[in-house]
Amino acid sequence: MKIVCRCEDITEEEIIRAIDEYDCETLDELKHILRLGMGHCQGRTCLIIAARILANKKGKRMEEIIPSFRPPDEPVEVGIVGKE
Amino acid sequence: MKTDVAIIGAGINGCAIAYELAKRGMDVAVFEKKWIASGDTGRCGAGIRQQWATEENAILAKKSVEIFEKLGEELNYDIGLRQGGYLVVIHSEEEMKQAKKNVEMQNRLGIPSRIIYEDEIKEIAPVLDLDGMEAIAATFCHTDGHANPFKTTYAYALAAKKLGAKIYKFTEVKGIKVKDNQIEGILTDKGEIKANFVVNAAGAWSGWVARMAGVELPNRPVRKEALVTEPIKRTFDCMVISFKHGIYFSQQEEGQILGGIPSPEEKTGYYFEPTFSFLKHMAFMLGKYAPQLKHIKILRQWTGFYDVTPDALPILGKTSIEGFIQCNGFSGHGFMISPMVAKLISQIICGEKTALPIDNFSIERFKGKIFKEKAVVG
Repeated sequence: MKIVCRCEDITEEEIIRAIDEYDCETLDELKHILRLGMGHCQGRTCLIIAARILANKKGKRMEEIIPSFRPPDEPVEVGIVGKE
Repeated sequence: MKTDVAIIGAGINGCAIAYELAKRGMDVAVFEKKWIASGDTGRCGAGIRQQWATEENAILAKKSVEIFEKLGEELNYDIGLRQGGYLVVIHSEEEMKQAKKNVEMQNRLGIPSRIIYEDEIKEIAPVLDLDGMEAIAATFCHTDGHANPFKTTYAYALAAKKLGAKIYKFTEVKGIKVKDNQIEGILTDKGEIKANFVVNAAGAWSGWVARMAGVELPNRPVRKEALVTEPIKRTFDCMVISFKHGIYFSQQEEGQILGGIPSPEEKTGYYFEPTFSFLKHMAFMLGKYAPQLKHIKILRQWTGFYDVTPDALPILGKTSIEGFIQCNGFSGHGFMISPMVAKLISQIICGEKTALPIDNFSIERFKGKIFKEKAVVG
């Protein structure tokens, strides 16, 4: 068993199965189905590994699989950013 | 290629309609520019609320909750339904008057909402600070709640596919063919499809889609932002909303706090970049409503769109063009009423008697005086 997403505890097998079952073409679909890369690190480690799995499965080039990043860059406390 | 019904948009409504039609034995195909739930559905606040100020929205929401409660079983897919209730904050005596009216109407329709005061608010959600919220009371309905929009949409999509429906992702609709005031089909970047019916379920892009058939909708896309925090242990079960502040937030299935508030900065067009001013404003208000949450971290923020009509009621049903069916204008509450809406649209297409009167959702209503839904947040 190979863990790909450590925050959300997702394995390589689960990613491969989701690509097949849902006919995924994008990382966004994998995120929505598995919560891949939606944990504390925001996909810093797992998204690039998942992109490679997706590229291999779908015969795409890595450049075609671009993860979408959403701010903030680093997790920030509600009380800090929301200071008066 | 040929199909009975071509649906534009694979959001919650498009996929739910595909399922309902496939169940009735219709030949149906969904056309989606990106992927399933990539538009408004996948960006929404996930809430399911029956506490509306207009009877139309309240009935649609109530009927939908009844379907949501059995949907996981029907579609054989866990949709992440949590009925932790909706707590609607009352800030003033004036709001109290409207709240009493709303509750009376809702109760008459069989929606179990009620007015609650300080002790019960603290009991339901100890995380809330009444002074910070500037609250004098609240309304609460325990059968309200939320479901996972991705899971629910996929549940409908997979069930529809099993019944023979086709879903074409990454297929952009480029035109709608009309002849002698009758739908003939659609043009996509992958080719032409003949169809007897075309359903416009394109959410914030529905106005643009309607124009391809020469129909003008009064809908306009309104930009909205939301954020989500890191997951924490279960702290409260209900969705908290305020019509005055426009804020909403809840703790989702995995423990994260998800919420939104109107953005202080107005941006026009389909501007998807999130703003820092929203992040700051939402964090400030969240800290006021629930001071303990000041210590948890925000992981993500994003932008989505409401497809807003002048009265905040959806546009459902036929148009002057035979076979061109509208299912849009949900004004920020399309997810929560989709199960019932999908049934109604399917009944219209199949020529059955609709389970609810739908005249008030007709595009024709904008020719007369309209009654605006006031109970809107986000």
